[in-house]
Amino acid sequence: MLQGLAFYILATIAVVSGLLVVTARSPVHSVLWLILTFFSAAGLFVLLGAEFLAMLLVVVYVGAVAVLFLFVVMMLDVDFVRLREGYARYLPLAGIVAIILLAEMIMVSLAVVQGGAASAALAPAALPEGVSNTQSIGRVLYTDYIYFFQAAGIVLLVAMIGAIVLTLRKRDGVLRQDLAAQANRRRVDAVEIKSATTGAGVKPEELL
Amino acid sequence: MTDLSSALQLAAPEVTLAVGGLVLLMIGAFAGEKATRLVSGLSVLLLLVATALTVTGPLGLAFGGTYIADPLSVYGKALIFLSSAVAIILGDGWMHRNKIAKFEYPVLIVLASVGMGMMASSGDLISLYIGIEMHSLALYVLAAYRRDSLVASEAGLKYFVLGALSSGILLYGASLIYGFAGSMKFDEIAAFASNNPGPGLIFGMVFLIAGLAFKVSAAPFHMWTPDVYQGAPTPVVALFATAPKVAAMILIARVLIDGFNLAHFQWAQVIILISLISFAVGAFGGLMQKDIQRLLAYSSIINIGYALLGVAAGTELGVQAMLMFMTLYVIDQFGFFAVLLSLSRNGRPIRNISDLAGLKQDRPVTAIALTILSLSAVGIPPLSGFWGKFYVFGAAADAGYWMAGVAGLVASVVAAFYYLRLIKMMWFDAPATEVKTDKAPLEAQWIAWAAAAFAFPVVIVALAWLEPLTKAAAAGVGVG
Repeated sequence: MLQGLAFYILATIAVVSGLLVVTARSPVHSVLWLILTFFSAAGLFVLLGAEFLAMLLVVVYVGAVAVLFLFVVMMLDVDFVRLREGYARYLPLAGIVAIILLAEMIMVSLAVVQGGAASAALAPAALPEGVSNTQSIGRVLYTDYIYFFQAAGIVLLVAMIGAIVLTLRKRDGVLRQDLAAQANRRRVDAVEIKSATTGAGVKPEELL
Repeated sequence: MTDLSSALQLAAPEVTLAVGGLVLLMIGAFAGEKATRLVSGLSVLLLLVATALTVTGPLGLAFGGTYIADPLSVYGKALIFLSSAVAIILGDGWMHRNKIAKFEYPVLIVLASVGMGMMASSGDLISLYIGIEMHSLALYVLAAYRRDSLVASEAGLKYFVLGALSSGILLYGASLIYGFAGSMKFDEIAAFASNNPGPGLIFGMVFLIAGLAFKVSAAPFHMWTPDVYQGAPTPVVALFATAPKVAAMILIARVLIDGFNLAHFQWAQVIILISLISFAVGAFGGLMQKDIQRLLAYSSIINIGYALLGVAAGTELGVQAMLMFMTLYVIDQFGFFAVLLSLSRNGRPIRNISDLAGLKQDRPVTAIALTILSLSAVGIPPLSGFWGKFYVFGAAADAGYWMAGVAGLVASVVAAFYYLRLIKMMWFDAPATEVKTDKAPLEAQWIAWAAAAFAFPVVIVALAWLEPLTKAAAAGVGVG
């Protein structure tokens, strides 16, 4: 009963805030709604008994990705009013695509209702006693799924190399920290004693 | 851990490439831009070693059936790795001539080859997806490699955004398939599909096909192709047109024939439709093009239509025809792009078809090479392009799709117009300018000549050993 109530509350919030992500006028508001969507989805994961995935969703998506989005949206100088200009023009076509997708999803759901989905025999096996789902993910991640795990690592590496290739520029005249030079600097190189005449003072230009 | 050690032996080509790629990255990162030539040379060597490992390595299943080493994957990987090596050779000279050399170029191609190798030997929806993402990410970056150029950035961005969309569609399809079949492995999906595929699984399959069709630039998922071919650097486009297409074609053949064996009737309809639309778009879209690389984009769309026709047949003969077609097509494409790389006036590459006017006086050998390549693309017997089409149409007719084969023939007659226009420009038109073409870079010139020599007459000899090779590669892959 309580679980059912929690499901409906979380699911409603997720759907409504998902809708608001696309319709919100300000992109910053969109990102905030997105964070709420992620949070509700994490709640749904907890209801399914997948606490680890729920925490991952919060830590990775809310903590890192959404905050990064927020930074990007705030820092980029994009004219969002102009970006929305085509909204009314593309609405009919987008509406048709959306309706087709909706019809397809309904057909797929009907197929599920008719018992076409994976049978109960294929449902995930219950966890053995005394093993949390974090542990059970850890057990297969580096054994059964080592191939995918390593390959996904290479995908991330390629993304990193790509970001560097496309954005790193060598500029002339950029000062860089040189630890050896800093440590080897002696007092005589850096400090000079000049005598100032009494009463006249020293002008800053004379010191250079 | 004998399980892991045997798996590593089976996956030796990918492991070698991945580890080698990391080492080369370190060499480049510490030695800086000076080491670009060294890294390029070592990358080519690495790809050759990986090819040798592929050809000599053991066959079998690894990582619980998610990695397949069979004759099909061996043949595909050899072709993919060698194509990548040629793209590195073409790209290295090009980078240095344009003074934008970076050691990341060969490293990215090596890592893309790891992904393409994964695609060629994937036996599971996850390795399918990871392989696709790994090579696409590298290709997005390579498309925008000339980051100061507006068209190149546009090409990279367009490719990236549309690629992300197609990955989303593919993932949606994969999740539907997993939801209904209860497994991601192709053989288990096939076992489920054999009793009653049901609408859910078919939906998933159609979405999966749509995602994959994007990767091979088959119409109606071809929108990105002309812009990317036009904007991206020529050696990168030479790569786009070859290795990734081979990898994706093998993947399509494997997932559809292995995974949806008994749903052949359902998927063959979709594939035939896609190839018919590709014929139309490729043949008529190319007629009005002025830019040679855009023209080649439309030519690639129509050619992918032919290759898909081989897959649609679903028989061993069809897969063999597809492999044969792709092999000959890859060599032809390298010829075209090498010719483009070897032609320039005053340091500016020749990009417009009208710039080819009167090439026969200036560069007779290159003009002959381009003529042979064009005639081969038209499909004049006994040039290599003819043999590719011959096998594909034969397989399609054998499987009862002779109507689609006829449509393909009509499309190739229409497409002949734009290849013949190239030939007319070179041989019969007066040169537009007095400016002579620059001295051609050696590597592009030799690759162009070699590809043309292969298209005719070497192909007639080569067919004698290509035929049994592709037959062996396709053995056992077919709708049963």
